[in-house]
Amino acid sequence: MSAPVIQASALDLTFQTGDGPVHALKDVNLDVQKGDFVSFIGPSGCGKTTFLRCIAALETPTNGTLTVNGMTPDEARKARSYGYVFQAAGLYPWRTIAKNIKLPLEIMGFDRAEQDRRVEQVLKLVDLDGFGGKYPWQLSGGMQQRASIARALAFDADLLLMDEPFGALDEIVRDHLNEQLLELWARTEKTICFVTHSIPEAVYLSTRIVVMSPRPGRITDVIESPLPRARPLEIRDTPEFIEIAHRVREGLRAGHADV
Amino acid sequence: MKSLLAILSVVLVILAIWYVAAVPMNIAGSLTQAERGGMEVNPPGAAERRDISGWVLAANNPQAIPLTWAEKRPVLPAPHQVAVELWETTVLKKVTSKRSLVYHAWVTLSATLLGFAIGTGLGIVLAVGIVHSKVMDMSVMPWAIVSQTIPIIALAPMIIVVLYSIGVQGIIPKAVISAYLSFFPVVVGMVKGLRSPDRMQTDLMHTYNASKTSTFWKLRLPSSLPYLFASLKVGIAASLVGAIVGELPTGARAGLGARLLAGSYYGQTVQIWSALFAAAILASVLVGIVSMTERNVLRKMGLAR
Repeated sequence: MSAPVIQASALDLTFQTGDGPVHALKDVNLDVQKGDFVSFIGPSGCGKTTFLRCIAALETPTNGTLTVNGMTPDEARKARSYGYVFQAAGLYPWRTIAKNIKLPLEIMGFDRAEQDRRVEQVLKLVDLDGFGGKYPWQLSGGMQQRASIARALAFDADLLLMDEPFGALDEIVRDHLNEQLLELWARTEKTICFVTHSIPEAVYLSTRIVVMSPRPGRITDVIESPLPRARPLEIRDTPEFIEIAHRVREGLRAGHADV
Repeated sequence: MKSLLAILSVVLVILAIWYVAAVPMNIAGSLTQAERGGMEVNPPGAAERRDISGWVLAANNPQAIPLTWAEKRPVLPAPHQVAVELWETTVLKKVTSKRSLVYHAWVTLSATLLGFAIGTGLGIVLAVGIVHSKVMDMSVMPWAIVSQTIPIIALAPMIIVVLYSIGVQGIIPKAVISAYLSFFPVVVGMVKGLRSPDRMQTDLMHTYNASKTSTFWKLRLPSSLPYLFASLKVGIAASLVGAIVGELPTGARAGLGARLLAGSYYGQTVQIWSALFAAAILASVLVGIVSMTERNVLRKMGLAR
């Protein structure tokens, strides 16, 4: 087995606020292997987003070690090792979908022909081919979020960090996007870290589910999913699925009990 | 249609107030003239009438009321007098004539546009500096604010004198004063606009390891445009005021400011009012042009629908 993509040990992050220190992360230990789909689930304030932001070098841990592809998170950021998807699509209204996807490519200095080729390719990956010339406001919320995933995929980083990307969408759209995301993950063999507060979403998508709890933000359980990688939506009605969901729920409850 | 009716009624009300106001303001002069012309006036004798209010005079001499709207040098000219003067000095005069308002408006407009260009450029440059450098934010911004607390009418003569002493005259001093007034709204608006991208947008740029330059061109500048246009509308009107004020202390022979000044020297109130209206019309045309550009640009950018 190759070295883990993400390796966190004894990670602490304390924010100094007016009301005294807030322990956003405490003693977080986690390895993420190449090709994993890891979900982070927990109530708000449990540090799941903060942890993802640490991996992206958008926050700096106060203690402990964290490596991404064997580098520090900041080196990894500079090496453009990951694509980040935020909760809101955050597309530029003054750019077409294709131009939005080109944004990171322009910044990273890809040549024109390569930009066009990649836009074509990722639009197909997120099932938006033919929409390149449209402006964001002409697309539905779900399509906009797909475009933002395409933007994160465009420069072909091996690691995809997603922070509640479907949190603002309704359940039917969310189911559909979850299914597409799994397909995309199978096709691209990327490593995905996915923050969510939906139990079914976490269980349906993940190979591993990291259950977190707040005050201080910490990992209370890591569940290896026994489900096969190919997952039709109907898998959510199988006893295995329900059992994992149950365990996640128990983990979340246990985290709350000892506050 | 309904809004047109509302607009027209507001205009009509203003015109009515104006005509009514002209009566007591001008009646004393009109009566003096009428008495000289042989009209029966109550009470007779200008000295007798000196301490009687305009309203009372008008009530006692209703036959003289129409005269108050046709004075040669009224205290307050009637609207149609101003309109006639405007018509005669714009359409009926050659634009090269020294008495043409179009000529004077052009003199002021050229200083306005030059000043607006300088002010906008300076404003944008300062805003970019302020947004990117904490030192500039703390050292330049207070001065920009202080600069606007000094009445321009006090500062304008000094600017003109100082520039004259180093051999600069003509359009430049006026443009400098108009730039002085117009750079400020641009700085304030642009600083706000360049800082308008939210945390998520700047984080996204950070994940791409984007340089400050790319972040500026691809994110900050486009996001600032709606703010810039709002500032430009204030700025262009301020530029015009600046150019007119710049014409006042120099005894300039051309420009709307010079027209205002000459009018007040010679008691030509009709000329003053027509110059005022010319300035107002010019300002609204300029603001209208900026608004139209704004609408087109923002629509093209998908920022306004």
